[in-house]
Amino acid sequence: MESTKIRGSVLEKNLHIIFPMPAVVFVVVMMLFPVLYTFFLSFTNWNLTSGAPPSIVMLRSYQRILREPRFLAALGRTFSFTALAVSVETLFGTIVALILNREFKGKGFIKLMMLLPLVSTPVAIGIAWNLFYDPTIGLANFVLIQLGLPKMAWTGSPSTVIPSLALVDIWQWTPMIALILLSGLASLSSEPYESARVDGASEWQIFWKITLPMLMPTMLTALILRSIDALKTFDIIYAMTGGGPGYSSETLNIMAFKYSFEYFRMGQASVILVFLFLVVLFMSLLIVRMRRSLEL
Amino acid sequence: MRTSWIKKGLFVVVLLAIVVPLLFPFLWMLASSFKTQVDIVAWPPRLIFTPTLQNYERVFREQNFLRYFINSSIIGISAVGLSLLMGLPAAYSIARFKQKRLSIFILIARLMPGISFLMPWYIIFSRLKLMDSYVALILSHMLITLPIIVWIMSSYFESIPVEMEESAMVDGATRQRAFLAVVLPVAGPGIVTAVTLSFIFSWNNFMFSQVLSMEKTKTLPIAIYNFVSYAEVDWGAVMAAAVAIMAPAIILTMVFQKYVVRGLTMGAVKG
Repeated sequence: MESTKIRGSVLEKNLHIIFPMPAVVFVVVMMLFPVLYTFFLSFTNWNLTSGAPPSIVMLRSYQRILREPRFLAALGRTFSFTALAVSVETLFGTIVALILNREFKGKGFIKLMMLLPLVSTPVAIGIAWNLFYDPTIGLANFVLIQLGLPKMAWTGSPSTVIPSLALVDIWQWTPMIALILLSGLASLSSEPYESARVDGASEWQIFWKITLPMLMPTMLTALILRSIDALKTFDIIYAMTGGGPGYSSETLNIMAFKYSFEYFRMGQASVILVFLFLVVLFMSLLIVRMRRSLEL
Repeated sequence: MRTSWIKKGLFVVVLLAIVVPLLFPFLWMLASSFKTQVDIVAWPPRLIFTPTLQNYERVFREQNFLRYFINSSIIGISAVGLSLLMGLPAAYSIARFKQKRLSIFILIARLMPGISFLMPWYIIFSRLKLMDSYVALILSHMLITLPIIVWIMSSYFESIPVEMEESAMVDGATRQRAFLAVVLPVAGPGIVTAVTLSFIFSWNNFMFSQVLSMEKTKTLPIAIYNFVSYAEVDWGAVMAAAVAIMAPAIILTMVFQKYVVRGLTMGAVKG
């Protein structure tokens, strides 16, 4: 009896260490060590198929990857895909949130519909969009013809594959930005609006001078969170094009996956991952910095 | 009077412009899953057709999809359950002892590119002969579910007034006792949010299973992906498989709509 009491009080005194311990140990073992190991591998030229153990070559894998045109193209593509998708998502998301930011019948239903793309399995979504984009039987070309426009190759041509993939991302994730902004709008205080109306401000002025500045922190956070995910987009691209045609839709994530699990060039794959990691880290720091400098 | 009708009509048109593009891909997928191959490859695309169940039959009878359903469920439920065991105390500690750094550390798992841990896991799990084992799949999926649970629950615990535990502790309960007997019972809505979202994200995960699973532990997203590569032209069956995969997540979302919205938008909104 006494001893359980003592044990209880020891536990209580160290609760702030004991409670998080299992989760911390798990994350250290499953994430921190593997990431450090990846970092270590980037200084080797390890090739899993050769059977030889990793030998340290310092920066030689970096030199090789940095001189690889395929890598530079993938790096640029990662950014252009993200910029295209996220900017359209932010624009549409803002418009949709502003439209829905009022009371009306069926608002709950529309919010539910907006959740559906977010919870759908990306691989299945990608495959379904492939049926849309199919050059001979796809609905996308049927629509173009009805509008009197020429047929397109969509994901089948290097010149249109990135916008076509971005469109799928836009379809799936615009609702996310809209929902975040909608709850951001709901949390705005009504005072500035009332005094602006008393002063006779127009709706347009109210939007630019009050709503937009107050919504800015939420908008920036949503935009950067979305960018971090878009930079890492994998499922849709892998399922729809596998990085093709040729390498024309290969982003850093897809390239790293191929180097790891198709070519088994672990050393060089690690270099690509270090770069992807730096890009994501840069975006994550940006979120902190921007919020601070805007004093949000 | 008249202008208000025009306004209302315009608003309905605008709402349709939002809803139709959202829903159309789902409806097309659903329709295609009931079409015969002849109807699917027809040009112009057919809106009116005689529905058939043969695609679903093929998916479940010949492709053994039920097995992959069970695999996805085993892995998702185990990962969520174990993550709750670890995540709830951690989230409580983060909320009450203001362990900001700790929460960022766990959140990094959500921001990192998955392959940067997947590649080492692949090497280690093959050495340990754990490839294609439930252990490997569950452990990897926990890296998806745990950060979501900690993220959602730490801010949920923050919203529960401290006075609740304090009064229990004044009455002689230890803090851990107060956590179990006082805090957890009122954390139900938060837990529902965390469980629903983390299960859906585990259910939808493709990359981890693609590398770590083979025939025995294959999950649904891999099954549909492989299905396309074998059966390139069998669109009806592929669409039936897609509908079947997405149905559970969509049903969960409809049932727990309020919680899902809260979970997805949380954190980005500074209250």
